Amino acid sequence: MDRIAGIINLDHEQDLLDELTYFRCGAAVPFAGRYRMIDFAISNMANSRIESIAVFARRKYRSLMDHLEQGKAWDLDRRSGGLFILPPDWNDPTDMSRGDLQHFHNNMDFIQRARADYILVSGSQNICNINFQDVLQEHKEANADVTVIYKEVDELYPEHRLAHKLDIDEQNEVLDINNDQKSTKVYMDMYLIEKNFMNKLIEESIAHGHSHFFLEGIKGRLQEMRVHAYEYKGTHALVNSVESYFRNSRKLLNREEHDGLFKEDSPILTKVKNEAPAKYLQDSDVKNTLVANGCVVHGHVEDSILFRGVKIGKGAVIKNSIIMQRCEIEDNAVLENVIIDKDCKITGGRTFIGAPEKPYVLAKRKSM
Amino acid sequence: MKQKECVAMLLAGGQGTRLKSLTKQIAKPAVYFGGKYRIIDFPLSNCTNSGIDTVGVLTQYEPLILNDYIGIGSSWDLDRKFGGVSVLPPYMQADGGDWYTGTANAIYRNIKFLNQYEPEHVLILSGDHIYKMDYEEMLDYHKATEADATISVLEVPWEDASRFGIMNTNESGRIVDFDEKPAYPLNNLASMGVYIFKWDVLKQYLIEDEQKPNSSHDFGKDIIPAFLNDDRRMMAYTFKGYWKDVGTVDSLWEANMDLLSENPELNLNDYSWQIYSKNPNQPAQYIAPTAHVRNALINEGCRVHGTVDTSVIFYGVHIEDSALVKDSVIMPNVKIGKNVKIYRSLIAEGSVIEDNTVIGNPEPDSDITLHAEEGSVMATNYAVTN
Repeated sequence: MDRIAGIINLDHEQDLLDELTYFRCGAAVPFAGRYRMIDFAISNMANSRIESIAVFARRKYRSLMDHLEQGKAWDLDRRSGGLFILPPDWNDPTDMSRGDLQHFHNNMDFIQRARADYILVSGSQNICNINFQDVLQEHKEANADVTVIYKEVDELYPEHRLAHKLDIDEQNEVLDINNDQKSTKVYMDMYLIEKNFMNKLIEESIAHGHSHFFLEGIKGRLQEMRVHAYEYKGTHALVNSVESYFRNSRKLLNREEHDGLFKEDSPILTKVKNEAPAKYLQDSDVKNTLVANGCVVHGHVEDSILFRGVKIGKGAVIKNSIIMQRCEIEDNAVLENVIIDKDCKITGGRTFIGAPEKPYVLAKRKSM
Repeated sequence: MKQKECVAMLLAGGQGTRLKSLTKQIAKPAVYFGGKYRIIDFPLSNCTNSGIDTVGVLTQYEPLILNDYIGIGSSWDLDRKFGGVSVLPPYMQADGGDWYTGTANAIYRNIKFLNQYEPEHVLILSGDHIYKMDYEEMLDYHKATEADATISVLEVPWEDASRFGIMNTNESGRIVDFDEKPAYPLNNLASMGVYIFKWDVLKQYLIEDEQKPNSSHDFGKDIIPAFLNDDRRMMAYTFKGYWKDVGTVDSLWEANMDLLSENPELNLNDYSWQIYSKNPNQPAQYIAPTAHVRNALINEGCRVHGTVDTSVIFYGVHIEDSALVKDSVIMPNVKIGKNVKIYRSLIAEGSVIEDNTVIGNPEPDSDITLHAEEGSVMATNYAVTN
C-alpha cells in the first residue's frame, strides 16, 4: 500500500471571523456544536489511513494546541508518526525563506522522515468528508505530478470570492488556477503530491526566493508539470467569514447536509469532554436544533446550535442563533440571529437581536 | 521502594441475575445507566476523583465487554506507569486453579497483586451501585480512628432497614454487631458494600479464612463476623448523599428516572466531580421541528423527530416521526420507527423497533417492561476513542 503523510497548513489562512478569531486562529473556531474547524481536516486524514500529520501553525495557536493535545482523539498519539504541531522556528539562522516556505523549509525533516510516498496538504477552511485514498487512486491513474481537489458549487456565495478557481480540460487536467469570479470550480485548498517531487519543488522555490509554496512553486509553474483536478462530490462548506460561518453552520440543520458530513464509517472526531447527556426540563421547548452534551435547557430554542455545556434559563427564547461552549443564558433573555462565543453570560431579561444575514457576534467570556 | 498508601479492589465478577436479559451477555457492572454511563464508571470515577490511582478490577462472569470497556483505563485517567487499572480474572497456578468462590476468595487469590504495591490500606468496592463518594475522606476517617476496618454506611428509612445489612454501632461509631437483613432492625445504618481494611490485618484473615472448610469466603458472611468475633476495631463511616443499588430492572429504571428532576440528588453536571466514561464521539444530537422533548436526558448521536417525555436516551438512538417514548430508558443505538409507542420500558442496546409497535404499559405503577432482542446486548457499537 502507498502511504500518505499529511500537512495541515494554516500558515497563510487569514483569521477573518471577527470576534471569533480575536483570540484563536480560524482552525480553532468551534463548529457544529462540538467540533473545531480543524477536526474535519484531521479526521478526514485519519479516516484515510494517514498516520503522520504535521500542523503548520503561525498565529494564535494556543487554543489549537490545547484542543489537539497529542492527537489522542484521532488515535494519533503514536510512537512512530502521529500528530506534530509545528509552530514557526523563529531562531533558525540559516533560514532565509519567507511566507509559508519558511514552514516547509524548517520542517523538511518531517517530510523526509515521514514513512510515506505521498504528501497531502490541506488547509482548515473547507469543511467536507473526503477520502484521500480515493484521491491517490485517481492521482496515480492520471499519472499526475500534483492532484488538486475542487468542488463544483451550485451557487456562488461571497466566501467563494476569496477562493481560487480551477480551469480544467476534458481530461481534468488543470489549465489554470485563478480568481475567476464566475467559475464554480472552487479549489478546496487541498493537494496531493509525490514526496520526492515535493522535496525538489521546495528546494527550487527556496532557491528562487519564493514565499508561498503553492502559489509560486506549483500554481506559478503549472506549464512545467502535470496537475490533475479531483472533483469532490460530497457535502462542502467554505468558512472564511462570519457570514459564511453562520450560513454554513445553520445548513447542518438540514438532514441531508448533516448526514453528508457526519458518516458512521468515516466519523468526524474531536477532543472528548466528558459532559453528561443534554438535559431537557419540564418547561423546555426545542425545535430544529443541534444540541451537544452537557446542555441544560429550560427555555425555548429553535433553528439554533447549542455547544457543549450551555445553560438556557426559564422563559428564555433563542432563535436562529449559535451559542458556544458553557454559555449561560439566564431566565427570560431573548436572542435572535446572534453568535455567542464561549463562556459568555447573558443576564436575565436581556434582548439581543442581530440581522438574519449579519448576526450579532459576542466575543468570548463577555457578560452582558 | 515505591509503594501506594491505598489500593482499591473492585468486585466486578457478578452476574446480576435479577437484571434478567440485560446481563445475559455482560457482567452487571457493565450495564448501562444515565444516558451514557455504565455502572462501573461510578466507582472508577470516584477512585480517580479521590486520588486513588491503583485499582484492581476482579472479573469473572462474561468479561468480554467489561475488558474491552476498561482497556488500559485511559477513560478514567487510570493509565499510569506505576499502578493504574488492572483487570484481574481468575487464573491457573502450579497446583491448579479455580473460579473465584466468593468475594473474600477473589481478594485472597490476588494477594500477590496487592503485595506489589505494599499498600497500608485496601479499599474494597463493588460494581453494583450508583453514587458519588470521596473515598479519601473515608480513608482519613479510617486512619484517624485507627480502625482495622471501616465500613461505609448509609442512614436508610427505618421501614427499609430490614432489606439491608445493618451495622449496629456504639456511641463512638464503633461497630459492635452486624445483622444481615434483620426482621427487627436495631439500627438504620445500612452497609454500602464499601470497606477499607488495614492490608496486613485483612491479609491475615483472608489466609485464615481460606483454610476454613465451611467458609463461603465472603466478606459479609465470613470476614466481617471473624473481625467482630476477635473484637477487631471496626468503625462505621456515615456517607451522606445519593446511593442506589441498581440490582433489579425496577431499581435500574427508577435510578434513571431520579436523574430527571430539576435538581437531582445525583448531579451529573458537577464539574468538580465528573463521572468519566468511554465516549462514543458522535455528532451533536438533532431535535427536529416535529419533535417534542421535555423532562429528558438525551445523548450525542441521537436524532429525535417524535415525542420524548420523561425518559433517558443513550447515544445513537433515532426516534422517528409520531413516535412516543414515555417514562422509559432507551439504551445505545436503538432505532425507533414511526408511530411507535413505548411506555415504562427499558429498551436494550441495538434494538430495532418496527413502525407502529407498542411496548410497555402506560398505567402508572404498572410493571416495568424490559425489551431485549436476541443478541442485541452484544452490539458494542461505540465507535472509537475514549
